[in-house]
Amino acid sequence: MGTPVSPGVIFFAAIFTNNILLSNFLGTCSFLAISREIRSSLGLGAAVTFVMAATAGLNHLVYYKLLVPFDLVHLRYIVIIVVIAAFVQLVEMLIERYSPALHVVLGVFLPLITVNCAIFGVALFLIIREYSFLQAVAYGFGGGLGWTLAIAALAGIRQKTKNAPVPKGLVGPGITLVTAGLMALSFMAFSGMVQMQ
Amino acid sequence: MGSMLTGLIVMSGFSAGLAALLVIADRFLADYGEVQVDINKGEKNLTVQGGGKLLGTLMEQGVFIPSACGGRGSCGLCKIKILEGAGPVLPTETPYLGPKELGDGLRMACQVRVRQNIRVEIPAALLSIREFRARLAGLKDLTPTIKEVDLALEEPREIRFKPGQFVQFQAPEYPGSPEPVYRAYSIASAASEPGRLTLTITRVPGGICTTYVHDHLKPGDTVRFNGPYGDFFLRDSDAEILMMATGSGLAPLISILRQMRDEKVRRKAVLFFGTRNREDLFYVEELRALEKELFDFTFVPVLSRPAEGDAWEGRTGLVTAPLIGHLSQGDNSKREAYLCGNPLMINSAVEIFRARGITDDRIFHDKFA
Repeated sequence: MGTPVSPGVIFFAAIFTNNILLSNFLGTCSFLAISREIRSSLGLGAAVTFVMAATAGLNHLVYYKLLVPFDLVHLRYIVIIVVIAAFVQLVEMLIERYSPALHVVLGVFLPLITVNCAIFGVALFLIIREYSFLQAVAYGFGGGLGWTLAIAALAGIRQKTKNAPVPKGLVGPGITLVTAGLMALSFMAFSGMVQMQ
Repeated sequence: MGSMLTGLIVMSGFSAGLAALLVIADRFLADYGEVQVDINKGEKNLTVQGGGKLLGTLMEQGVFIPSACGGRGSCGLCKIKILEGAGPVLPTETPYLGPKELGDGLRMACQVRVRQNIRVEIPAALLSIREFRARLAGLKDLTPTIKEVDLALEEPREIRFKPGQFVQFQAPEYPGSPEPVYRAYSIASAASEPGRLTLTITRVPGGICTTYVHDHLKPGDTVRFNGPYGDFFLRDSDAEILMMATGSGLAPLISILRQMRDEKVRRKAVLFFGTRNREDLFYVEELRALEKELFDFTFVPVLSRPAEGDAWEGRTGLVTAPLIGHLSQGDNSKREAYLCGNPLMINSAVEIFRARGITDDRIFHDKFA
């Protein structure tokens, strides 16, 4: 099992060339909803990165140590969702107990993450691409950072263009989607750097 | 068949394991042990079970902080000063706390969780607030949507309040609500009868507490409330009193009028009472009697939309219209305003007063949101 790509390359690729948001278009709901201010988008990004990296490792373990041996691969969707949901719950409790300051930054975002499709997508990709454990964690961590980079960049652009004269029909979500599309186009420029599939 | 069974067992085991993990984590992580709550720098020291919201924790200990929304974080009334141990300001609090309030250390008691020893400052008036148990002595329809709730106090047997103040009435667990909730209602009865308490409660479609009162409460039932709260009460001066109410906003004002009758207050007063039509008016006979009993009192009912059979010869239209007429005569610098009811009515009345020289320090209101 495993492709002969080093985890470092996967990590790098997940941020730039195969950005989960701008090349796979996963996790767009919160991408559009929480990208009005750089500050809160960074908070959400940090929470997503943490959960994505951790659940990538967890789901890798659960898939290869539980589902494959018992021949229950067909249940992977539901199992992955349950793992993510339980993990988010647990992390929220831990953070609330031990780090009130972090809870203030991440607290409101954590429940949102349970339904973030980017995290689910990472878990599915690492199975489809047959990553090793290290590769999976590198992919999850990189994927999270890439998602953060994308949402923070969009938030920056939206802050800059908040008062820009936008055609009437495009005000709000319309122009945001156009912006996201242009960002995806520009991220394509990275794709020559590393090839990963 | 065999594979289905394994699948079932493994999946169930896995989910049960995760659920157990969460329950155990909740048990251990949410256990904050016993913590100390210090009130007013040593005036009172409470040992409480940590982990709960400050508002509820204090209420369990018999310290009642006013809250109109019952702790849902939507009214901003439960602000108190926390000297130490509140933790960082939460995003749910920021909409209700201005820069000055944050600088003074004010926080919303319904949002702050008691995790460690905490030191708070609570105004002395709030510490005198108590929880009361009462028996429902009478329940009467004043209008098709407003019920008069008459309570006979049992424990403690008397309540001391300033007419105009409100209490928080408890709707206990009932089929419409899984947990007790508290809602604020103004006291309509006179302070001279401290063993009785009258509330006028308007039915709110879908409201937890009002549905309980209108559909479930029966005479003889035991009810609980705490109070009194609020700074809406008659100020001591010789200024003319301008009162304005809509709907059940009449409650605190009739309490004030009954006090004026009992204490023989010699002040000029006028009440503008606005409702939709004739059947929404209540306490009319008593108000007409008060016109004779009080020193100089005028009652002006105003119907915004009289029904066809109302045969109404009194005023119609906006309740603020006769007010404007009244303000155009006499000296507005010697007038005080007491407003209660619909927030929109209050806002527009406040504008009218300001424009005619009645300053904010002589306008008192209680918005029924």
